[in-house]
Amino acid sequence: MRGATKVEPEHIRKLLRAALEGGADFADVYFEYRRSRSFVMEDGRVRTVGGGVDLGVGIRAVKGEAVGYAYAESLELDSMLRAATTAGQIARAGRRKRVSVQRRRIRAMYRPTLEVVDMDGADCVALLRRADKAARKVSRKIVRVDASLSAVHKEVLVASSDGAIVFDEQPMVRMGVSAAARAKGRTEQGSSGGGGRFGLEYFDAHTPESHGEEAARVALVNLDSREAPAGTMPVVLANGDSGILLHEAVGHGLEADFNRKETSNYTGQIGKPVASPLVTVVDAPRIGGERGSINVDDEGVVPSSHRLIVNGKLRRYLYDKISAKHFGVEPTGSGRRQSFRHVPMPRMSNTYMEAGEDAPEDIIRSVKRGIYAVRFSGGQVNISNGDFVFSLTEGYLIEDGKVTAPLKGANLIGNGPDALGTVSMVGNDFRLSDGMWTCGKDGQSVPVGVGMPTVKLDQLTVGGTAVGS
Amino acid sequence: MSGPSRATKARLDVLEEAATRALECASALGIDHAEVSASEGESLEVNVRQGATDLVKESRSRGIGMRIVHDGRVATSATTDLGVEAVQAFVAGLADMVRFSEEDPLALPPSPREQTGAWDDLDLYDPKTARVGPKRAISMATRAEKAAFKQDRRITSSEGAGFSRTIGFSVLATSGGFVGRNFGSNQYLVAHVVADDAGGKKRNGHYWSGGRHFDLIGSPEAVGREAAARACRAIGSQKMATGVYPVVFDKEAAGTILGLLGSCIMGDRIYREQSYLAARLKDAVASPLVTVIDDPRIPRGPGTRPYDAEGRRTRKNKIVSKGVLDGFLLDTYSARKLDMKPTGSAAGGGGVPHPTSSNFYMKAGRQKPASLLKGIDKGLYVTNMMGFGFDAMTGNFSRGAGGFLIEAGELTTPVGEITISRNLDEILKGIVAVANDLEFKTSVAAPSFRVDQMTISGN
Repeated sequence: MRGATKVEPEHIRKLLRAALEGGADFADVYFEYRRSRSFVMEDGRVRTVGGGVDLGVGIRAVKGEAVGYAYAESLELDSMLRAATTAGQIARAGRRKRVSVQRRRIRAMYRPTLEVVDMDGADCVALLRRADKAARKVSRKIVRVDASLSAVHKEVLVASSDGAIVFDEQPMVRMGVSAAARAKGRTEQGSSGGGGRFGLEYFDAHTPESHGEEAARVALVNLDSREAPAGTMPVVLANGDSGILLHEAVGHGLEADFNRKETSNYTGQIGKPVASPLVTVVDAPRIGGERGSINVDDEGVVPSSHRLIVNGKLRRYLYDKISAKHFGVEPTGSGRRQSFRHVPMPRMSNTYMEAGEDAPEDIIRSVKRGIYAVRFSGGQVNISNGDFVFSLTEGYLIEDGKVTAPLKGANLIGNGPDALGTVSMVGNDFRLSDGMWTCGKDGQSVPVGVGMPTVKLDQLTVGGTAVGS
Repeated sequence: MSGPSRATKARLDVLEEAATRALECASALGIDHAEVSASEGESLEVNVRQGATDLVKESRSRGIGMRIVHDGRVATSATTDLGVEAVQAFVAGLADMVRFSEEDPLALPPSPREQTGAWDDLDLYDPKTARVGPKRAISMATRAEKAAFKQDRRITSSEGAGFSRTIGFSVLATSGGFVGRNFGSNQYLVAHVVADDAGGKKRNGHYWSGGRHFDLIGSPEAVGREAAARACRAIGSQKMATGVYPVVFDKEAAGTILGLLGSCIMGDRIYREQSYLAARLKDAVASPLVTVIDDPRIPRGPGTRPYDAEGRRTRKNKIVSKGVLDGFLLDTYSARKLDMKPTGSAAGGGGVPHPTSSNFYMKAGRQKPASLLKGIDKGLYVTNMMGFGFDAMTGNFSRGAGGFLIEAGELTTPVGEITISRNLDEILKGIVAVANDLEFKTSVAAPSFRVDQMTISGN
């Protein structure tokens, strides 16, 4: 590490001692060194190149469920100590604690060979050009292509007064392509993106061409789209990106901070049915180089895979240290933060629904009139009442068991337990989404993964404009 | 208004020095043009939940962002390390990166002649702000939360009440000789409480007050009471039947709709043809009741700025006059692309500039808000929306919504878990009444208005 390995163990001990001085129960320090690079191509021309280095330390003192937090944007001892003392003020009049911390080694799930952030700029530009060219080649109706490539190399060192020092490297690459198609005076767009905790090898499996072509394909499909229907009807979710539904419908509501505060509609529901018996939901932080994967969480806890809902019954929440203590359980390694400037809180990693037994064709064939939802631009949930929405960007009508006309973008809305209670078929075609999702909570963004087999919901409200058609 | 205090001047001097040093490094390397934004901020955030302090966070940060343009090629970066050697290495890194970008003659910064030499004090800084310490902040939050619980026994839990304040200082300096110095403050008090509803469902309500000056916070108890009222009024929310109905947006929801229009009149969206309004200048784009203005010069305004991110003096811009699209918001680049005049709307200093709105508002009408409901036999009153269902390129709009049923001109039962949809072009043209309740609490603001019809998807 070019930043935090420079931090001497003696300094770490000093900082923890300073943070604990007021009488906090525990304290942690989070060193972060982040190097980034980004390339933006606009209509075939590289408009800007950006990137930089960010470095600092966040210091937290915890007393009961109260958090004191401060950070320093340098690794100079005096400014770090000032932050530690500020954080420690959350607790007053306690006794001094002894601090002993030891380095702990963890097994890494991802280790890129060549990180994109270190690549020659010309090679990065070449990747963008390939995506641009491929999209334009799809059709003469493609009138504009924008593409971007961003890469981050992050190193973190977390030391906690409860004993461990953990170091991790967290690479990330992401490519995004959007294409506009025009015909008969109508313009529509499509986009495609992906990435993960990979180096250059990401592009072996997902070529820039595949993203360019996919963006162009969606834009062309949307040129023929018609008004989506309005009303409550069966919805078939395609495998992959549809996992966004789980992320919104149950994922956030199972984050333990909301349940400790009794503000989630899943508060007090452990052991109770919250979905159809066909539904099993997993949060898996250690899958290869997935976008939501972490070797260690931002509180220094090594995470493992957890089944949150098993056969429709709620099994557990996602815990950070504070909420785990509140519920008297072990933390699940779900304490994550955007950067050293932010406090950690329970977050999802890669959240998906396990595969079922139905063939995807049978699922579509079972619907007389409904929607086949393929791509989405994002979603949102109201934690307390459980209502969630997600926005469709590629969808089709299903008529008499067949996928027919493409539909204009529409919002889908449902209520978590109600919607998942109507899951009547689960496909055998589970797929993780290619890494493109970023989750926002309390003003903090973290990368996450989602996944889903093809799934049928008997009832979901589709927010189109066509009434009674 | 008095000018900046001695302490403020000193902080701005430090930033100006850092910015100037970075510009000198760029000039020493022979770089054609450079813009540096140096800024410093200080903030305090507290949260109180169930009467106990839950979070105290103090932040201080300082850094520079820099854009260089060399041979018509652009690169940007930012750093928090302002040491002399660090800044040298930082600028050298930028100079090395810029060759991967591609030449674009339109990317050059504005000529110094176009930049402002003077600007007014727009009263954006309240010296009281920085004096609010954790103790006082916690006391205000505690009072707000307590008032919420006291207001209604159905309030059973809470995300808490929080107070947050920020003061910020910034200097924008360019190789063309422009130096702008700006500083401001912000604070808000928020309460977020939860009421129990049937079947394990909960209803949340939040409300905030605040702004550039401390006095805008007002009474903490009033914030708590309003949050409680908002949670309780949603108890028993139900879907309504799918159909086409008249819709009234309260002023907060109306502001959200206006924000969508805002996203469609930005110069970058226009030249990329990513807006349904790209070819609609001087066209009717809304009902004649609709006039929309972007005014960066409102004293104390949440979106106020004396100069823009490229050093142009800001000015009031008319966007829609009585339904007719008057103009776009343009930075230098988008103006050159469109062969129009820049409107002083650039943001993102030290990075890639792009146009943004400042205080973007719809002019108030004459009607009282309650009179918007008159004559509606059955309709929807929208108080909140969810999701991101809007496509600027086509104007298609579809979002989750909540509010109340309107029956025989009166608000009756609460409504939730439905969507509302229609193309934005039709929504704006379908505005049949505008109320007189505009307030500049947020940088995008609209009075309540009524739309003749929208599709509601529910049962």
